[in-house]
Amino acid sequence: MDASNYLYISALLFTIGAVGVVVRRNAIVVFMCIELMLNAANLSFVTFSRINGNLDGQVMAFFTMVVAACEVVVGLAIIVAIYRSRRSASVDDASLLKR
Amino acid sequence: MGISTSLVYLIGLPFAGAAILLLGGRRTDKWGHLLATALSGSSFAVGVYHLIQMVNRPAEMRPISQKLFEWISVGSFNVDAGLLLDQLSICFVLLITGVGTLIHIYSIAYMSEDRDRRRFFAYLNLFIAAMLLLVLGDSYLSLYVGWEGVGLASYLLIGFWNQKPAYATASKKAFVMNRVGDMGLSLAIMIAFATMGTVSFAGVAEQAHHTSEAALTAMGIMLLVAAAGKSAQFPLQAWLGDAMAGPTPVSALIHAATMVTAGVYLITRSNFVFDAAPTAQLLVVIVGAITLIFGALIGTAKDDIKKALAASTMSQIGYMILATGLGPIGYAFAIMHLITHGFFKAGMFLGAGSVMHGMNDEVNMRKFGALRHFMPITFITFGIGYLAILGVPPFAGFYSKDMIIESAFNSGGMQAIFLGSLTLIGAAITAFYMTRVMILTFAGTKRWDEGVEPHESPWLMWFPMAVLAVGSVTSGYLLYHDKALYKWLSPLFEDHGEHEELLKPIVVSALALTMVAIGVTIAVYKYLRENVDSVAPVDVSWITKFVRKDLMQDQFNEKFFMRPGQLLTKALVTTEDVVVDGSVRGVARMAIGSGSGLRGLQNGFVRSYAALILVGALTLIAAIWVVVS
Repeated sequence: MDASNYLYISALLFTIGAVGVVVRRNAIVVFMCIELMLNAANLSFVTFSRINGNLDGQVMAFFTMVVAACEVVVGLAIIVAIYRSRRSASVDDASLLKR
Repeated sequence: MGISTSLVYLIGLPFAGAAILLLGGRRTDKWGHLLATALSGSSFAVGVYHLIQMVNRPAEMRPISQKLFEWISVGSFNVDAGLLLDQLSICFVLLITGVGTLIHIYSIAYMSEDRDRRRFFAYLNLFIAAMLLLVLGDSYLSLYVGWEGVGLASYLLIGFWNQKPAYATASKKAFVMNRVGDMGLSLAIMIAFATMGTVSFAGVAEQAHHTSEAALTAMGIMLLVAAAGKSAQFPLQAWLGDAMAGPTPVSALIHAATMVTAGVYLITRSNFVFDAAPTAQLLVVIVGAITLIFGALIGTAKDDIKKALAASTMSQIGYMILATGLGPIGYAFAIMHLITHGFFKAGMFLGAGSVMHGMNDEVNMRKFGALRHFMPITFITFGIGYLAILGVPPFAGFYSKDMIIESAFNSGGMQAIFLGSLTLIGAAITAFYMTRVMILTFAGTKRWDEGVEPHESPWLMWFPMAVLAVGSVTSGYLLYHDKALYKWLSPLFEDHGEHEELLKPIVVSALALTMVAIGVTIAVYKYLRENVDSVAPVDVSWITKFVRKDLMQDQFNEKFFMRPGQLLTKALVTTEDVVVDGSVRGVARMAIGSGSGLRGLQNGFVRSYAALILVGALTLIAAIWVVVS
């Protein structure tokens, strides 16, 4: 099977994630969309690793996972903190830093 | 104390006086004038001591110099601050300190009513110190310091009564016009350094033989500009008349006897430059000739006694400048006329001050008249000065002025006849306006304002006048007799041998006396036989009107220098405003504008930031894609 199909899937996933970040208001959904983009990138890494026959891409995917895990911890903590103080998980409500 | 080290005392004594009086403030009010006079007098005593020492040495040993300290030492450029006392400077030293001390004595009485008398004496001492530095400096740079010093003292003293705006303006005018000349001097110094690598008199004299004539001509012209500024010569003459705003002793000391003759000193001192630059020398002669007629003409129309004398000063210095321009045959006579002029003109100014003192500070001669009965001493001393300036034998001016007329006739070529005639015409006009001054002031009928009671001045005032009058009688013969001054000064100048004699001295004297007689006759006819109005007549010919306006000198300067200068300044200000400030302000406005424009993007919505990042990333990818493919 042609390896480039995985790249198409990766692009599709990334696009879904990007559109989700731009159009959705719920912080949790936005957060999930970011995870989706990260994993789309992981899929590209692995695919290129396979195509080029070296392990660099796979190693990079593991790094991404670790960083993503850390990011989830911090990100969820921030979202929970915002929800507690503002009773809302909408990202548009947290726009106090303008000006 | 060696002979040479005591040179410092000459300058140091009056300078210390100025410092004590200025720093001591009101505490020194009671005795300040006495200290200043004593210090000026002791400086004169030191000068006399040096003269005696100098006379006793053989001619080649007479100049003494003294290095004070290393002034500037930059790479190959070395200037030592040093003093040089030679046959030329000693003449000036004695004139400055001698006349200066007499005028100090006079001022004690003249300024006794003034509450700022101490400050006046401080400035006088400052002037004496600066003027001595000017004539004692051994390099153009030392001279420059003194040159600026006398300019400062002159400015301070012209504007001494600066509570009157007109007087403050006069002092500013003198200062600004002097700056033009000072610029000439600084350029001359720069030319000397650039082409000869030295600024000392000895160095320049030695190098002058190996330097191109073009450079020497440029330097000579710049020195002439300097001399014209300081000595009120054409075309920088306009300040001298207004300088009469200062107290009368100042006019006598600074604007008649000493400072205004600094230009003559400068040219005589730079004889090695001018001798090697005939073009510059010719210009000196032209400037002198123009000024001597110019000043004399102005003198004929002045009703202000001090301004008439100022115009006369201008004219007499024109004679001296003309003589210096004639080269080696003229230098000694220029100095001789300078010394005799110092006596008789200072004496006449003091006489004018004495008249003003008795007439409630009136200066308009049309309101004088018949004063000879009321001020006999002033009349006699002033009269002696008058006979001296006319050149009546045996008074001083007869010897000195005749020598200049004679050397003008003997300068060779066609120009000799022309110059000689000019000096003769000048002598006639001088006789006319000085007779006019005499008649309007001392003869004729009383035209006084009401309440004026003329009286003779106190002895502190008439004593200096008497001494100067004695000088006006004797100095000419003493300096002329056996060619005393000529022989004294001749080691300093390169003489080019005997000159052809166009006219015999006796013929010149006869011609000059004839011209003087004509001038006197016209003046007597015009002013003594007819009654003089106490107000200047208005319906006069256009020539009189023209001369009354100082031959339009101020209007000319205003039209050709002041207005274009103002335009230039305005243009520069506009350029600065639009171009320089404009670009600075433009940068600021651009930063502010772009900032407030971009601020709209910062709306606080996370999703729009994300969208922008996305758009940016996509644009970047697209750009890379376009470039790569």
